[in-house]
Amino acid sequence: MSAVDFIFPEFEVVRNSDRCIACRVCERQCSNKVHSYNEERGAMLSDETKCVNCQRCVSLCPTRALKIVKSDCAFRENANWQPDTIKQVYRQASSGGVLLSAMGNPKPQPVYWDRILINASQVTNPSIDPLREPMETRVFLGKKPSRAERGPDGKLKTELSPQIDLSMPVMFSAMSYGSISYNAHASLARAAEALGICYNTGEGGLHEDFYRYGKNTIVQVASGRFGVHKDYLEAGAAIEIKMGQGAKPGIGGHLPGTKIVGDVSRTRMIPEGSDAISPAPHHDIYSIEDLRQLVYSLKEATAYKKPVIVKVAAVHNIAAIASGIARSGADIIAIDGYRGGTGAAPTLIRENVGIPIELALAAVDQRLRDEGIRGNVSLVVGGSIRSAADVVKAIALGADACYVATAALLALGCHLCRTCNTGNCNWGIATQRPELVKRLNPDIGSERLINLMTAWRHEIMELMGGMGINSIEALKGNRMMLRGVGLNEKELGILGISHAGE
Amino acid sequence: MKRYVIIGNGTAAAGCIEGIRSVDGDGAITVVSEERRPVYCRPLISYFLEGKTTLEKMNYRPDDFYERNGCEVLYGRKAVRIDADGKTVSLDDGSVLPYDALCVASGSSPFVPAFDGLETVKNRFAFMTMDDMLALDAAADEKSRVLIVGAGLIGLKCAEGLHGRVAEITVCDLAPRVLSSILDDSAAAPVEECLKENGIRLMLSESVARFEGNRAVMTGGGTVEFDILVLAVGVRANSGLVSEAGGETGRGIVVDRCMRTSLPEVFAAGDCTESEDISCGKKKVMAILPNAYMQGHCAGVNMAGGDETFDKAVPMNSIGFFGLHIMSAGTCSEEDSEVFEEKTDCGLKRFYVKDGRLVGFILVGGTERAGIYTSLIRERTPLSEVDFELLKKTATTAAFSHETRRKKFGGVV
Amino acid sequence: MKRVYVNEEWCLGCHLCEYNCAFANSGKPDMATALKGKPIYPRIHIEENDRISYAVSCRHCTDPICVKSCIAGALRQEDGVIRIDREKCVGCLTCVLVCPYGALAPDGDGVMQKCELCLQNSCGEPACVTGCPNRAIVYEER
Repeated sequence: MSAVDFIFPEFEVVRNSDRCIACRVCERQCSNKVHSYNEERGAMLSDETKCVNCQRCVSLCPTRALKIVKSDCAFRENANWQPDTIKQVYRQASSGGVLLSAMGNPKPQPVYWDRILINASQVTNPSIDPLREPMETRVFLGKKPSRAERGPDGKLKTELSPQIDLSMPVMFSAMSYGSISYNAHASLARAAEALGICYNTGEGGLHEDFYRYGKNTIVQVASGRFGVHKDYLEAGAAIEIKMGQGAKPGIGGHLPGTKIVGDVSRTRMIPEGSDAISPAPHHDIYSIEDLRQLVYSLKEATAYKKPVIVKVAAVHNIAAIASGIARSGADIIAIDGYRGGTGAAPTLIRENVGIPIELALAAVDQRLRDEGIRGNVSLVVGGSIRSAADVVKAIALGADACYVATAALLALGCHLCRTCNTGNCNWGIATQRPELVKRLNPDIGSERLINLMTAWRHEIMELMGGMGINSIEALKGNRMMLRGVGLNEKELGILGISHAGE
Repeated sequence: MKRYVIIGNGTAAAGCIEGIRSVDGDGAITVVSEERRPVYCRPLISYFLEGKTTLEKMNYRPDDFYERNGCEVLYGRKAVRIDADGKTVSLDDGSVLPYDALCVASGSSPFVPAFDGLETVKNRFAFMTMDDMLALDAAADEKSRVLIVGAGLIGLKCAEGLHGRVAEITVCDLAPRVLSSILDDSAAAPVEECLKENGIRLMLSESVARFEGNRAVMTGGGTVEFDILVLAVGVRANSGLVSEAGGETGRGIVVDRCMRTSLPEVFAAGDCTESEDISCGKKKVMAILPNAYMQGHCAGVNMAGGDETFDKAVPMNSIGFFGLHIMSAGTCSEEDSEVFEEKTDCGLKRFYVKDGRLVGFILVGGTERAGIYTSLIRERTPLSEVDFELLKKTATTAAFSHETRRKKFGGVV
Repeated sequence: MKRVYVNEEWCLGCHLCEYNCAFANSGKPDMATALKGKPIYPRIHIEENDRISYAVSCRHCTDPICVKSCIAGALRQEDGVIRIDREKCVGCLTCVLVCPYGALAPDGDGVMQKCELCLQNSCGEPACVTGCPNRAIVYEER
């Protein structure tokens, strides 16, 4: 080991000794073993080198004696060589490996949601009070007929494609059992059922305990095809083919063998301890025609009763890619922006590959409209939808619904420490260690998810009401309701919105 | 309206009253109380000497106990005869109480061996009742030299109570160790150590050969000068009333699991009875307060026509001397059981196992959660159902199966 | 009657309940003042080994053997709640010897104390329940 290997800890554990009662709760709760009790001194000690700033100890300290602060031990200031970059170089020089990190891209690239503002009614058109008047947040995802025919009895003659029925335009996006815990899945499944929305299995298969939530489940088929079998495909409300993921476009996934234990191994249908490697491409898909074959294979396997989603990462030619998918027979296109989360991704890819979801969504919606095939598919977008405002903006830009994962994890206790890849999640989410998994009680987890989504639904209705709109359908693609601030002509053009003041 | 008579006014009688009232709110209850005071916590008399409690706090039940339960208490009266056929109890004042159901809760009396020259000792006391204790309390002063004959529970608690109040305390016993009825030599050793550290002189394996006024000549040849003599050699169950009435008695009044004696409508409870010790299946006098209450309660319920059995009696004791706690329960005999011993930081744990069940234990020092062990004896739990290796180290319900714990902790018990 | 129940599936063995209990019964305004630098004598305790952990406090049995066994008449059942008169208790530990749950332990002075469901302090819902971070301890009717 070289002296350069020592990188000063990023955080300091500040313990207020007047308050600390040495109850050792912090010590018991830290899976990273930051805290310890010194018998001789009768005091708690901390080893900051191990701290990931997950705030578990801070949250549980009964006397509020703890805080975690950013270390002020500084490299010499350099606008070009930022501390993170310097540390990456040190780490790579020491290890020779690809650096990994977790959750979404933390870099300060533009967040377009924050530069888009929402309209409200004044004087000439009345706003609607959602507490007094009906307001529809229900949406159906799937292929829409271009024309509806009715028989003499008034009943619909047109045969409809299968649809996903959602009480609000939000779903929990794909997180596999394996990357997150059994209790995290249980929380998501129970909340989805109670809310009348869907959660997504990710590529880890569906645990036998969760088949009962089938009508609120989207089952995913990814490049590794883990856990895919007939019952699995038939279990869900829809099937999602995962082509790519916003956090790591162009590469596959790798769940280390240490996490492939017990039920995870059984659910994935791979031996215990073997690495679960999802290849970068699907080895049977090299064209839209190949994709169409898989789409129809899955439809055939499920008697054309399930809508099929094709999920792709937002990349440069996303509009053209989406156009192809819309012609592949898929019912729904899910697009994942480059700020989307992950359990583990090469840091370099997470921070440098892909494009923002706002631009991708606007481009795709416009392209499909231009080509007259917008009705072929529904559009679901994810990759950092953080609030009800983001949802409303996404719908107005043309989305049918949003995928939410990071916000859901936050509701479960995630503090975005971005070390999911270590498997030591102190909040019981991104871990398979039983003593940590039990820290997430699904009674609490599902309740908090339900609370979060209920709050969002109220906010969506408030925002729609303010605009004088009383249904998601009327908001969809209604870019007149949006204005940009601080955006250049090109950005406004792609987003298809006017600048504020226009 | 049913007429209930209870002979005695101790813990068993209190239990009996509460047992009757849990079934019959109306019947007339008459309590014959030889002692001229309401029911008090008899085992607390040594704590009073020590200054750890007061006469008021020693009341076993609140002041309105008898009134609230509609009892007539005949203080200072003694039952002299039971007429089981005529269903009456005769008292020492000649009065006769008719009963529909009778509970004999007459307790026990000190047993005094025939020591030579005992009559020459002026200041001699027993240590059984409040009156005994108050008399001793009045007689003892800082110059007193006290000789206690008997190193059993009563003698040693008396010694602890007097500790610090008198000039010297000597305890003698014919047995080679203290607490000989509940401990063996090795378990008694730390207790003896603790007593000696606190200045109590022990003379074991010897007793008094004869008394000569304030001097005791010991069987070992030595002599002990004393000012106060406490006789705590042993107790005898007061079973005479029942035996004279034709009821079956052994070392105590024989009762079944419903506390019935062999006489019709005559029940008995407390220190005067002998009943089945479920840790060994033998009939025994188990003169301890918890048994007295539970037997009394059981008798009361059955007297009033209810249905209760008390079939989980085991001898058990929790005693402390100068901060050292000792607990024992069940049958602690090495003869026909397997013995497991664990030395701990603060004492020892010894377990007696027979036929795959825990039948007894002795704890000296660490007594945390000992009730878990006691319940294994009382419930006759097969040790195959628990993690006995873990239990040997520490009393924990974690040694039970998940299912058992779910039952114990998951609902109303 | 509402009682405190513990679900060992969700108990984290964090021991917060012990500290919350000790604090709730300390009569002190804040936890640091109440507990700093002192041994604690909570009325609930964690039982744990390498596989499981769960908190144990008085079960408030319907037929309480501790009450029947108390040699000082210090324990009583009041509206279903087993309460203790700490003035009367002499610390003989007979209740410890009989409680099948191991739910009783003395305080630092050797006087018994036990869970009284926080009825005697101002907590309302028992402090162990309110403070449990994973809802492993609940206060409910069963």
